[in-house]
Amino acid sequence: MDRRRFLAGTAAIVVLPFDSAQATPEAMAAAIRKVVGSSPVREGRVSLDLPPLVENGSTVPLVVSVESPMTEADYIKAIHVFNEKNPQPGVFTARLGPRNGRAVVGTRIKLGDSQKIVAIAETSGGQFWSASADVIVTLAACLEEST
Amino acid sequence: MKVLRLGIGLAIVFAASWALAQGIVDKGVTDKRRSGTQDMGEALQKMQDDDTANPGMLFVQLGGQLWGKAAGAAGKSCADCHGGAASMKGVAARYPAIPKGTDAPVDLEGRINLCRTANQQADSFPPESRELLALAAYVAHQSRGLPIAPPDDPRLAPFRTRGQDLWKIRQGQLNLSCAICHDDNAGRKLAGVTIPEAHPTGYPIYRLEWQTLGSLKRRLRNCLAGIRAEPYAYDAAEYVMLDLFLMDRAKGMTLESPAVRP
Amino acid sequence: MANVLVNAPKTAKRGSIVEIKALILHPMETGFRPGPNGRIIPRNIIERFTATWNGTEIFDMEMSPAIAANPFVSFFAVASESGTVGLRWTGDEGFVVEERVSIAVE
Ligand code: HEC
Ligand code: HEC
Repeated sequence: MDRRRFLAGTAAIVVLPFDSAQATPEAMAAAIRKVVGSSPVREGRVSLDLPPLVENGSTVPLVVSVESPMTEADYIKAIHVFNEKNPQPGVFTARLGPRNGRAVVGTRIKLGDSQKIVAIAETSGGQFWSASADVIVTLAACLEEST
Repeated sequence: MKVLRLGIGLAIVFAASWALAQGIVDKGVTDKRRSGTQDMGEALQKMQDDDTANPGMLFVQLGGQLWGKAAGAAGKSCADCHGGAASMKGVAARYPAIPKGTDAPVDLEGRINLCRTANQQADSFPPESRELLALAAYVAHQSRGLPIAPPDDPRLAPFRTRGQDLWKIRQGQLNLSCAICHDDNAGRKLAGVTIPEAHPTGYPIYRLEWQTLGSLKRRLRNCLAGIRAEPYAYDAAEYVMLDLFLMDRAKGMTLESPAVRP
Repeated sequence: MANVLVNAPKTAKRGSIVEIKALILHPMETGFRPGPNGRIIPRNIIERFTATWNGTEIFDMEMSPAIAANPFVSFFAVASESGTVGLRWTGDEGFVVEERVSIAVE
């Protein structure tokens, strides 16, 4: 397996700024559409906290926070996170409510490659807000032989 | 042919580094040694420092459960003979060591397996098995914060010297020694990764690449495979010799097991 | 043997918001990775994490293979009344682990 890239980095780590015009890969777009239906998704209210440069893609800390009063009348009922390049577009769906007090969820995810991550928050009123982040995964040296 | 091409690339990177290295031979009074922890980003340092965020602590917990569990024909648990965790304080800081009545050093995992076979009369744990790593992590955790303190046993000297020779010898298809990377080029980048000084301060470590806990032996096997050298067999004495050398080189540095590493 | 580490305050002021963090030992095998013999290692993941406060569900997370091994989850909860926070992980191969912590609200 050539993924064993010890020394591959002598070819330098290429840091690719994501082109904002770049189309979201279809699988992710389709997965998002399944969640939001025909509702518009607006940017804002959500913040997605990920290290921009990741030392190893197998355990990447991620925190999603959404601005919301989290009252009975107005709360965030779900947070969905998607990725572009892993085998499946869905990373997790968290369901919350007023009893959480704050619409903040943290976990750790796997990223096989540098890519865009999208978080979408669904309000109790049925609105969708989103944020995205680009993560660059650098290569690890001295990896294990895979065989 | 890929290896060859990459090897040449590496030679170029190092040529540049060596030019830089010439001027900086500073034997200051202050301790300039750096644990691998200091080479990690903030997110990983935080993960290591928070006991409920460091996945290595799950293994420490498991080790604590195993510590109290009777096993083998003797039907004894580690705790039956050793008592509580406090009995293991400082132990990891002085391994490898030569067990009583023998004349060759064993590493911490080796010592645990001796108790498994001789004292519990059970099968020894396979290398890198979850149980062995968990017990090693549990024992090593009791020395967290203590300085590395190799024993004052003159019988260890020849083994340590042999470890130092292994450290300096060029090997593998890339014809590199440990020293070329970890002494001469520590702190520089290789494939986007900072080459650490290779101090064994955090073992067993939770390595993100492995997505699990692993021993120093496994870490050394990764470096050997990296330079395209055939890793020594799992039970080879070479690992213990390198461990002895590395512990001596890191003497006085603080143990931080279980550390997190990328 | 279940291996779980939970970080939650033992006491909290009524109405304050507390953070609960949980870590569990689990390989989160993706089902996309070849094993040493070249064959795909079957998927083995935690699919769901649920939290209750005195029995009422307050948080739930559906996980995918993209969640890192030994999953970590953090979330918040309003300390409404003294009681037990129940945490439950379920997944492939009949995996079920439950853990409880108590929080005294004053
Ligand atoms: C039947 C009693 C017995 C049992 C059971 C036992 N040990 Fe030991 N252990 C000993 C003795 C005796 C020594 C040697 C002490 C010495 O050399 O002075 C020892 C030494 C050790 C040491 C090295 C301590 C040092 O100071 O160098 C470690 C580590 C250790 N045992 C771990 C374990 C673990 C882990 C288990 C359970 C898997 C275990 N032992 C089970 C009797 C036992
Ligand atoms: C080509 C350069 C290179 C060579 C040669 C090399 N290593 Fe390494 N070593 C690395 C890098 C890079 C890392 C860090 C890997 C990472 O974080 O992905 C590392 C990590 C280590 C660590 C872990 C340190 C820690 O903080 O936990 C040890 C110990 C180590 N090496 C020992 C050795 C030994 C012993 C040898 C010789 C058998 C050796 N290395 C050969 C590059 C090298």
